[in-house]
Amino acid sequence: MTPRASRFLAWLLPWPAVSALVLAVWLLLNQSISPGQIFLGLLLALTAPRLLTTLDAPPLRIRRPWALVRLLGNVLPDIFISNYKVTRAILFSGPEREAGHVLVPLGIRSPWSLAMLACILTATPGTAWISFNPQTGLLLMHVLDLKDADELAGAITRRYEKWLQQVFE
Amino acid sequence: MIAIKTLPDWAALLTAFLVLAGAALTMIGAIGLVRFRSFYERVHAPTLGATLGIGGVLLASMVYFSVSETRPVVHEILIALFVTVTTPVTMLMLTQATLYRDRAEGRAPKITDAPPLPADVITPAPVAGAGAPSDQTERLAGQNSLKTGAPGAVSDPY
Repeated sequence: MTPRASRFLAWLLPWPAVSALVLAVWLLLNQSISPGQIFLGLLLALTAPRLLTTLDAPPLRIRRPWALVRLLGNVLPDIFISNYKVTRAILFSGPEREAGHVLVPLGIRSPWSLAMLACILTATPGTAWISFNPQTGLLLMHVLDLKDADELAGAITRRYEKWLQQVFE
Repeated sequence: MIAIKTLPDWAALLTAFLVLAGAALTMIGAIGLVRFRSFYERVHAPTLGATLGIGGVLLASMVYFSVSETRPVVHEILIALFVTVTTPVTMLMLTQATLYRDRAEGRAPKITDAPPLPADVITPAPVAGAGAPSDQTERLAGQNSLKTGAPGAVSDPY
């Protein structure tokens, strides 16, 4: 590809991944892959991501899509397990269960992976993202049962951070 | 649309099971909201409804409409996607507000098993281009630690 062509492509698609997502969402929303809907979706995919440019977000590069699949494979079972644990805590827990705050050191810095991790930790009941300090790299979390807190930092690093790093950083 | 009568038994049973499971989980989350004692604990309870609760209902919808309309209906995935992406936003706003109030009232959360802080946290490096003389920053920091009642120089390690 000539430099001129690649410059044109970069101008046309400032956020390729977001454009692809917009098109996919549009087609899913309309439940159709007729040429007319594809045309409308493409129109949206070309124009809507331009709004992101005003947000001053860092470039989004999905380096290894396969790692996203592996990440999802780790997150889904965790959602089930934590749903079970929180259900048990709500219905049967006595006064011995102790909730508390935990500091977890994070290695990731990209806003994209941090946002993704926030979604993951929120989607697993029992762990809540409270506050992250980008200077120290420490994440303040709240856990419903402190018995799980010991392995928490290691589990986040092994199961989520490792894959997030491969996708976004 | 009374398609439920024409639905095959397995699909009707699966739909009923998924709807009931999702609704039950959401209900348990609501019970947790009442039973838990502190704000931070209560944050966890409604997440049941926002994850597997909504997941069960959406899966039921996918099964029901896919079978009754004899074509795959999958746009429920979008609901799951947007719920997952937007829940952390409200959650963060709520917890940030609580954390701010707790610190202002001198009830900063007690940290269990805090790792040792790196040295540069104790003496934060001056921000380039901040312009303000450091004694003013220190005074502000001092006020801040007085207000939150945190001992030591680090009033905000996290």
